[in-house]
Amino acid sequence: MTDTIHEVAYNPAYIACPHCDTLHRFSDDELISRTRCASCGYRLTLGKSEAIIRVVSLALTSTILMGIVLFTPFLSLNAGSFASSASVVDVIFGFSTGIMVPLAFAVLCFIVVAPVLRSLALVYALAPSLAGLKNSIGAEYALRLAFSLKPWAMAEIFMVGVAVALVKIAGLATIETGVAFWAFVLLVLLNAFQDTFMCRNTLWASLATNRA
Amino acid sequence: MGVTGHQQSLITARDVGLVACTSCGLVAHAADHVCSRCHAGLQSRDHKSLQRVWAWLIAGLIVYVPANLYPMLRTTQLLKTQDSTIVGGVVDLVHHNAFAIAAIVFIASVVIPVGKFLIIGYLAILLPRTQNKDSHRLHKLHSAVEFIGRWSMIDVFVVAILVALVQFDVVASIKPGPAAACFALSVIFTMLSAQAFDPRLIWDVADQGKPE
Repeated sequence: MTDTIHEVAYNPAYIACPHCDTLHRFSDDELISRTRCASCGYRLTLGKSEAIIRVVSLALTSTILMGIVLFTPFLSLNAGSFASSASVVDVIFGFSTGIMVPLAFAVLCFIVVAPVLRSLALVYALAPSLAGLKNSIGAEYALRLAFSLKPWAMAEIFMVGVAVALVKIAGLATIETGVAFWAFVLLVLLNAFQDTFMCRNTLWASLATNRA
Repeated sequence: MGVTGHQQSLITARDVGLVACTSCGLVAHAADHVCSRCHAGLQSRDHKSLQRVWAWLIAGLIVYVPANLYPMLRTTQLLKTQDSTIVGGVVDLVHHNAFAIAAIVFIASVVIPVGKFLIIGYLAILLPRTQNKDSHRLHKLHSAVEFIGRWSMIDVFVVAILVALVQFDVVASIKPGPAAACFALSVIFTMLSAQAFDPRLIWDVADQGKPE
């Protein structure tokens, strides 16, 4: 290694792998392409130069979709003379009796709070740079929060749960899907699409160059 | 790829007396405690990580016991109440000839949690003891556990949806059992356990045994 320590430290051209600590020096071209760690294969950059505008717009769309999901019927059930319909809010508060209250709270966090908070944190952290403004206060904390919330936002897992539940009661009653159901499907697809733009390097580098 | 040095002699940030940020990948001086780009805490190696791994893993194991013994669902149909546990629910699905769904539930609520306990335990026992291990295999195991752990939550969501939908007074109603909360806690604890690992320790161990 010919470079001195002082050249490497705080130099955004150097990326250390978060999983194995291997140090990489990237050229400007490599920083905007897809790269993996040479040692452990961890995805270091996703190479999305348009990442910020995509992430912000997808995050805004997700937040609006979540609003639709919450306040429209999700599924409705007909069994002879009995009918019931459930919104996502009903699903969450199905647990809200006695000792199950904490569980209702956990489900609320996993399928509503975590995804919405993640979207809002991304908008808060990244939107100012698109609008030509300096970073908002605490933008670093917001972006870190958005990354750390990823495993706890479980919208896609909830959809698989819905599929399993539908099969379990298929013999019992006829089921109709509501607006919220399709909004939720769209939300899951948008989140998956958004994750392909969540390049740590691009987002952090842009935040660093846009300091107040 | 522009790696410092040759492929055969990859250098870690620690080798050159620097510390890498696991949140954004920026390299900083070893004396720094906070990353200048993303404000995350800096630590070259988290040597206390294994303690946290064990603590969360044991907590997860403890609540996994009642999660399997107590009923997950309490179904009341025409005044007859039937309790079903996690495994009981899978057996019911098999009786209804829904083999694919039974397989999904079985994998999500039995295979993944048990596999996760075994793999995290295996990694936590192996890491501090071995000198010359196949780091690539261990790293893949760790990534797999981190990626797949959250999918165990399917069964909790199924219970939530069933409880919200099937509410026809005396004719048919479904209530959640204590196992639902225990199982959700078990999934959360094991996710925290997997996240507590410092994957850089996997690679350090390997390097010590390597000839120079």
